[in-house]
Amino acid sequence: MKPDEIGLESDEIALHSVLEDLDGGFDDVTWSESHGQDIAHVPPETWKTFAEAAKEAGFEVCSDVTAVDWMRQRPQRFEVVANLLSMEHRTRFRMTTGVGREDPTIDSLTPIWPGAGFAEREVYDMFGISFNGHPDLTRILMPDDWEGHPLRKDFGVGSVPVQFKESHKVD
Amino acid sequence: MTDEKTIDTTETETETVDVWVAGTEEPHFQPTTEPDQEIGPDESDERLAQQFGSVVEDDYVFDDEVEDDERMIVNMGPQHPSTHGVLRLQIELEGEIIRRTKPIIGYLHTGMEKTAEQLTFGQGPTNVTRMDYLAPLHCELAYSLAVEKLLDIEVPERASAIRILMTELNRISSHLVALATNGMDIGALSMMLYGFRERESILAFFEKTTGLRMNHNYIRPGGVAADLPAGWKDDVSAILADFPRRLDQYDDLLKENPIWLSRTRGIGVISKEEAVAFSITGPILRATGVDWDLRKAFPYSGIEKYEFDVPLGENGDVYDRYRVRVLEIVESLRIVEQVMDTMPKGDYRVDDRKVTPPPRARIDESMEALIHHFKLFTEGFKIPASETYMAVESPRGELGCYLVSDGQANPYRMHTRAPSFYNLQSLPITMADSLMADTVATIASMDPIMGDVDR
Repeated sequence: MKPDEIGLESDEIALHSVLEDLDGGFDDVTWSESHGQDIAHVPPETWKTFAEAAKEAGFEVCSDVTAVDWMRQRPQRFEVVANLLSMEHRTRFRMTTGVGREDPTIDSLTPIWPGAGFAEREVYDMFGISFNGHPDLTRILMPDDWEGHPLRKDFGVGSVPVQFKESHKVD
Repeated sequence: MTDEKTIDTTETETETVDVWVAGTEEPHFQPTTEPDQEIGPDESDERLAQQFGSVVEDDYVFDDEVEDDERMIVNMGPQHPSTHGVLRLQIELEGEIIRRTKPIIGYLHTGMEKTAEQLTFGQGPTNVTRMDYLAPLHCELAYSLAVEKLLDIEVPERASAIRILMTELNRISSHLVALATNGMDIGALSMMLYGFRERESILAFFEKTTGLRMNHNYIRPGGVAADLPAGWKDDVSAILADFPRRLDQYDDLLKENPIWLSRTRGIGVISKEEAVAFSITGPILRATGVDWDLRKAFPYSGIEKYEFDVPLGENGDVYDRYRVRVLEIVESLRIVEQVMDTMPKGDYRVDDRKVTPPPRARIDESMEALIHHFKLFTEGFKIPASETYMAVESPRGELGCYLVSDGQANPYRMHTRAPSFYNLQSLPITMADSLMADTVATIASMDPIMGDVDR
C-alpha cells in the first residue's frame, strides 16, 4: 500500500526507516521508548561509532548532552544522555550510555558535533565525567579551584549558618 | 520505562559515603587539578582548529609573518556595560583585528539544577522562572510540559490558549529588550528608550495577570495559576492597536539608517553550516536562512491552530538578526490576536485532584479539602519513574527541559537545555578576523541572557 492509503504521513515513514537503518548496523544497541520518545541504549565502546552513524543518518544537530547520577540504583553509576535532532526528518531521539564509578570516562562527541563542546564541559564540571578527545576539557560554570562535582548525588547542598543577633556564635 | 538494562540489586558495592554535609571533611573528593579556563599560550593550527570546532569551515587566515609582540590578549568583562550581564571574553588582538576569542562564563551560576532536585514538582516553576529572566514564562512552560508529559495529563483548552497568549506576549517583550540593548550598544540610544517604553505596556499586563512583572510562577503543572483578569481583552487590544505604529517608528529609526546599516551589515556573519554544527537555535539560526522553528516542527500547547509565518534572514549577520527579531514581533502579534479572538471557555487548570488543589471555597467548609490542600503544597505529588524531554521555542531558541523522576515527589534530575548557553559557544568563530569595534555589536545581536547561560 502507498503511505497515504494507510493514513501515515510521509514524514512518519521516513522517520521509521531512519531509526531502523540506524539500528541495523548495531547488534548491541537496545531501543526503548519513554512517553513516545525513542531512546537508544548504547554500550560505552560503541558510543562514538554509533554517534557517527547517527550523524550519517541525518541527525545533524546535537541538541544537548547531559548526565544523570544513579548512585547505587544501577550497576553503572552515571548515565550520559545525548539528545540528537534531525531537522531534515523532523525527529529526535536520545542516546544513553552507562559510565562506571571507578573510571568515569567516555568518548567525546565534540569532534562529531562541535556544539557538544560546552555541554560536555558542563557534564565534566558537574559530574566529573571525562570525555576522551575533547579539545578543551576544563571547568565551565564552577570556579577553577572548586573541589568536587556539585550535581553528584553524594555532594550535599550544604547550608549557610544563620547568625541571629544576640545569639551565641555556633562555631 | 527507560531502565530496561537490568538493574542488578544483588550486586554489593562498597560505598563509603552517601551524603556529604557542608563543613565536614569529605572522604573521596580529590582536589581538582585541571587546567584553568583562560585562553592558553598555544597558538598552533591544531589548537586553533580545536577552539573553532574541528569540522567547521572557517575563514580564519593566520598570518605567520606577524611577530609575537604584536599580539596581545585583552580581557573584556565580566563587569562591562555592553556584555549583557557578567560575560567575560578573552580576546587575542593583532592590531585592531580579533584573532582568537574565548568566552568565560559561570559568574552567575547559582546551581539551579541542583536546587530543582530539592524542590517538589509543584515548586519547580518558582525555580526555573529565574533562569531566563527575560523569558520567564517560556521556562515555566517547558518545565510544566515536561511534568505533564510524565503525569500523562492533558491540560484544558483554555489553559493552553492562555499559555500561548502569555508566552507570545513574552516573546515580544523579550525581543524588545534585545532590540533596545542592541541599539544602545551600537549607539542608537533612542532605540533603547523606545524599546523599554513599549515593553512596559506588556509588563503591566503581566503584572495585572500574574501579580509580578518578572519571575511570574504563573504557568504551573496542570494549567496556569489564575484565570485572566477581568477586562483582559481591553488590555491586549490596546497592545495590539499600539504596536504596529511603534514598529513603524523603529523602522524609521533603524531600518534604512546609514549608520545602523554600516554597523550591522556584513558584521558578525555566521554561516548555515556553522550554525547547525554549533547547535545554534532561534533567531540566530533563522537569520542564516535555516527554516527551523519548534512552533512549526514540534508544536506545543496547540500553537499549530494559529496561523503565522517564520521570518528568515539570508546572510546571518547582525542586521539579519535584527530584522528577524522585528518580524517575529509582527508574527507574535498575529498569534496574540488570533488567541484573543478564539479564546475558549472552560477551566484554566486541569480537573485532576492529584495535581490541582481543591477550590478555595471548599477549603472553608471541608476539613478533607483543607488536608488535601496542605498535603499538596507540603509533600507534593509523586510521579512514577520515567524520563522525558520537552522543548519550546523561547525568544532565544530551543529551551528544553529534561526531567527524570524516580517515583518521588521531587525530580531525580532536572536539566535545562538553555539556548543562550549553546548560542554563546559560537562567539569564537563569529568574531574571528573581525574588528574589535564590532565585538559589542556581535555580542548584542546574540542576545545572551547570562541567567540562562549559567543557570
